[in-house]
Amino acid sequence: MIAQRKVISIQGKPARDPAIIDSSVKIVECIRTAMVGRNGGVALNDNLVAVANTRDREAFAELFGHFAPRIKAFMLKRGCDSAAAEEIAQMTLVTVWRKATLFKPQKASAATWVFTIARNLHIDTIRKSKRPAPDPTDPFFVPMPEKPADMSIAEQQDANKVQAAISTLPSEQQDVLRLSFYEEKSHGEIAKQLGVPLGTVKSRMRLAFGKIRNVIGDIE
Amino acid sequence: MTIQHHINDPLLVSYASGGLSEGWSLLVATHAALCPTCRDRVSAAEAIGGALIEALEPVPLSHCAYADVIGRLDTNITVETDVAEKPVVLAESPLPEPLRSYALVSQDEVLPWRRLGLGAFHIPILMQDTTMSARLLRIPAGRPVPEHGHGGLELTLVLSGAFMDGEDRFGPGDVQEANEDLIHTPHAVAGEDCICLAITDAPLRFSSRIVRMMQPLLNI
Repeated sequence: MIAQRKVISIQGKPARDPAIIDSSVKIVECIRTAMVGRNGGVALNDNLVAVANTRDREAFAELFGHFAPRIKAFMLKRGCDSAAAEEIAQMTLVTVWRKATLFKPQKASAATWVFTIARNLHIDTIRKSKRPAPDPTDPFFVPMPEKPADMSIAEQQDANKVQAAISTLPSEQQDVLRLSFYEEKSHGEIAKQLGVPLGTVKSRMRLAFGKIRNVIGDIE
Repeated sequence: MTIQHHINDPLLVSYASGGLSEGWSLLVATHAALCPTCRDRVSAAEAIGGALIEALEPVPLSHCAYADVIGRLDTNITVETDVAEKPVVLAESPLPEPLRSYALVSQDEVLPWRRLGLGAFHIPILMQDTTMSARLLRIPAGRPVPEHGHGGLELTLVLSGAFMDGEDRFGPGDVQEANEDLIHTPHAVAGEDCICLAITDAPLRFSSRIVRMMQPLLNI
């Protein structure tokens, strides 16, 4: 409890109602939030690796505390009611536990990997639709040529870095990204909602993606 | 395989966000299976999703959520790893996943080609999403597809052989994007039949009256 009080005083704001989240999770979440942002992303990656390697329950509790409330918020934005949003958040964390060995820290950050799990669960269980994807075990799958990596992709694509890149975009470019990723809208739906031509939506998307790829170092 | 024509940015970002419908996703995913560059680009776009999730204000879960998830972990103790099932390999043409599972109706190794006329064959692909049409096309070596325009967007992914459209050559892995503004007569390159995946959200508009009369019978 001492650790918790200390963290609260650092943040300078009261913690949420203790009944809301299991208290042990709450403590680790507070500690995590108190960390410097950049280290937070690395800590999450390490936690995922710990879950994969040693089925580490404490590391899983940290992942739960960090991601479950964000996935719930994400699903509410995608139009789920509270119960469905909570169910997807829970299923996402169960999947994180089960598939942790498939997480490749050199390929993606923990936040990105968790995003793809939540996205796919939402398409499967709520939209009852399909999202075909490549199968790396398929004999016709063309593997990545070996190339020297000076920095891991996870480091380059650190959520804080990408977030900073997004925040420097003009607001109309941020809007199309938010409508696309948060609300899962098609280009046509975005055009209709913003009252702009389809070509404008596509060119904003192209510009936004180009700038973000420059920042995260993925330049062809 | 040197791929010259890739998936455009807006389509790729939409695939990463989860907002792309099944038909377009099938083509993007099949191209991505053949194209490590585009898989990198999809990862970069997914990092936007990761960053946007991190930026969300967390929404508290119900007080028993953590205990619920822990309970579900204990009932799902199987740890998933990449274990490949033995794939069906076609002698006649390399179809990568996810396309192969869509194109093969049974576990036969033979593709169910249907005669289309003028030496061409096709296999309509059944999808859950009925708003667009997808088919495998086999254009005989050295022969043209009758001149046509487009009522909407058409994407074509070459799987084997190649076709020329004006000065542009499309070989295995290449994607051609055709919209309302394009009227063309693509030609299969001599030497090998050209097999491609064609997806469209509106029927083609053939210039020839005879071909137009045949359209309803051929269901293209």
